[in-house]
Amino acid sequence: MSEPQTPTGAAARATEPDTQPLIHMSGISKIYDTGKIQVEALLDIDLDVRNGEFLSIVGPSGSGKSTLMNLIGCLDTPTAGTYELQGEPVSGMTRTELADVRNRRIGFVFQNFNLIPQISTWENVEMPLLFGRVGKKQRRERVEELLEKVGLADRGEHKPTELSGGQMQRVAIARALAMRPALLLADEPTGNLDSSSGGDIMTLFEELWRQGHTMVVITHDLALAQRTKRRIELHDGRITQDSHSK
Amino acid sequence: MFKPWLVFQLFLRSSRVQKKRAFLTVAAIAWGSLSLVLLLAFGEGMKRQLTRAQAGLGTDIAIMWPGETTLPWEGLPAGRPIRPRLEDVEMLAERVEHVSGVSGEMTNYRAPLTYGRTTINGRVTGASLAYGELRNHLAASGGRFLNILDEKLRRRVIFLGWTLAEDLYGEEDPVGRTLLVDDVPYTVVGVMEEKLQMGAYGGPDEDHAVIPITTFKTQFGRDFLSNLVVQADRPESMTAVLEGVREVLAAKYGFDPEDERALPTWNTVEGAAIMGNMLLGIQLFLGIIGGLTLFVGGIGVANIMYAVVKERTKEIGVKMALGARSRWVTGPLVLEGLTYTLLGGVLGLIMATGVVALLELLPTGGNEALEFLGKPTLSLPIAIATAAILGLIGLLAAYFPARRASLVDPAETLRYE
Ligand SMILES: Nc1ncnc2c1ncn2[C@@H]1O[C@H](COP(=O)(O)OP(=O)(O)OP(=O)(O)O)[C@@H](O)[C@H]1O
Ligand SMILES: [Mg+2]
Repeated sequence: MSEPQTPTGAAARATEPDTQPLIHMSGISKIYDTGKIQVEALLDIDLDVRNGEFLSIVGPSGSGKSTLMNLIGCLDTPTAGTYELQGEPVSGMTRTELADVRNRRIGFVFQNFNLIPQISTWENVEMPLLFGRVGKKQRRERVEELLEKVGLADRGEHKPTELSGGQMQRVAIARALAMRPALLLADEPTGNLDSSSGGDIMTLFEELWRQGHTMVVITHDLALAQRTKRRIELHDGRITQDSHSK
Repeated sequence: MFKPWLVFQLFLRSSRVQKKRAFLTVAAIAWGSLSLVLLLAFGEGMKRQLTRAQAGLGTDIAIMWPGETTLPWEGLPAGRPIRPRLEDVEMLAERVEHVSGVSGEMTNYRAPLTYGRTTINGRVTGASLAYGELRNHLAASGGRFLNILDEKLRRRVIFLGWTLAEDLYGEEDPVGRTLLVDDVPYTVVGVMEEKLQMGAYGGPDEDHAVIPITTFKTQFGRDFLSNLVVQADRPESMTAVLEGVREVLAAKYGFDPEDERALPTWNTVEGAAIMGNMLLGIQLFLGIIGGLTLFVGGIGVANIMYAVVKERTKEIGVKMALGARSRWVTGPLVLEGLTYTLLGGVLGLIMATGVVALLELLPTGGNEALEFLGKPTLSLPIAIATAAILGLIGLLAAYFPARRASLVDPAETLRYE
């Protein structure tokens, strides 16, 4: 059993000279070949994301946001271009290496939560720690700490189906954070929530960002996007705007 | 790196199949295992019974009869009769290598046997000492077989087959009583313990009587043997033993040792080998039939596992996104398939044990066909074979669906609801 690889923590990040971006994409394209027609989901994307950034990706439906997130999250491979995560090219990695990258460096939050319904909240949060082969004692401590963090310490024994949407999403966030990933990816995390719990989730994200997490959030909701420091707009698979607010 | 403990934990935490479907799958495997085990047990029972029946005649023995030469030998023409004598028995036992016993037999096929007012024309065999061992003549309790003094002193003692004993004495215990053989009084010293006997010459042992060969010679005035019985120390050395016997007798009586017809021979080792192969064939055949039934159960498991993979595609995709390596997705699925298979197997085995125990209680006595078929018998090799077949089927039935799971594309499954 090896320990979770501790990526540069928030404190370390502030002091370390940040020479390389966390995400470095250049000339990335993704073309879906569905037989008759080829769908150009992403075209010639260049994107750098530094440690500690809070980034939102907006764009109309079908503009390629989820495709981009899948590529960043190493769930899919690009048709063309190069992608380096923490300075390491992803393209040559084996399936097992990619699995380990997803386990240790990336945390996913989905629109529909994607919790496993048959097992408890507690076990859901523990799942990535099992894949990371973290020892039993550390697993317990970490899960408790995480549930505390998202304000669900008393819901560990509940099944996900017994929770509200907002609570489920917080469990999913706790799960995403379990292995202390370098990067948190969220695809429409508030899409299935009412505006008030959506706002809560966004507040939680801001808090996590302030604690030093690097966050990439995909959203339709411009009001939510307004709250991030950097905003990228996608149209028909291209980045049409990349704006930093102060 | 396989990480069995991790796989086991993941297995405990994956979703469960509908109870009813799991039950049906397990039942199919249980049925298959039951058929397999029962068929194998049946084959085993039959094998044991037939082996026992074969041992009834004698183990690793050959019977040799007087014959006629068919080849000329050192100026002597073909067509001369060759008839071994009583004195040859001792000579053969001394000179032939690998022989573990030799007995001569002289037979009177129609000797009047009288007890009280009952007279039966029975078969009386004069036999050497070794005969009891060679031909599996065991005395039932209260009696004995002939012994060395009987032979040396040419005592008039007689050993009876159990049917013959019953025909003559009915309910009475024959041991110690007198029996007239062709009007000469004999004392019954023992009655044969009942045995299964497959293969006989002259007639089944249960209805003949045995007296010392020396006594026979005296009473009936005969010196030529009706036949010889020889036993090899190991089944493999039987050929050498028979060659040795032929050489010794050929030298004495003057015939070509290669001349098979001079001493026609029944080598029961050959028959035993043939029957062994036949039994193996039967067992294999029964095993294949049972295995096929089990295989159908295995298809059921594969089927349910394919459905499981399909239903859990999303779950599998999520786990992959969380960093599960393919093995940690496939491992628990294989374990699940194996669990259904082994659960069914254990159930089947329990049922089979019950059925075998029930059949054990059924009486077969009297019915000869049933007696020869024997009773289904469980044995360690059967358990091992069944476990191996079950394991193999379970692995196959779980492996292919699990492999499909490992090919799940997480991006694809997470995209759609
Ligand atoms: N597996 C696929 N096969 C073929 N085309 C695909 C596939 N996945 C996505 N696409 C296409 O790629 C384009 C971008 O899809 P994507 O899901 O990235 O859009 P999106 O910006 O996330 O949209 P939404 O806001 O509705 O989630 C769409 O035209 C879509 O139809
Ligand atoms: Mg999308």
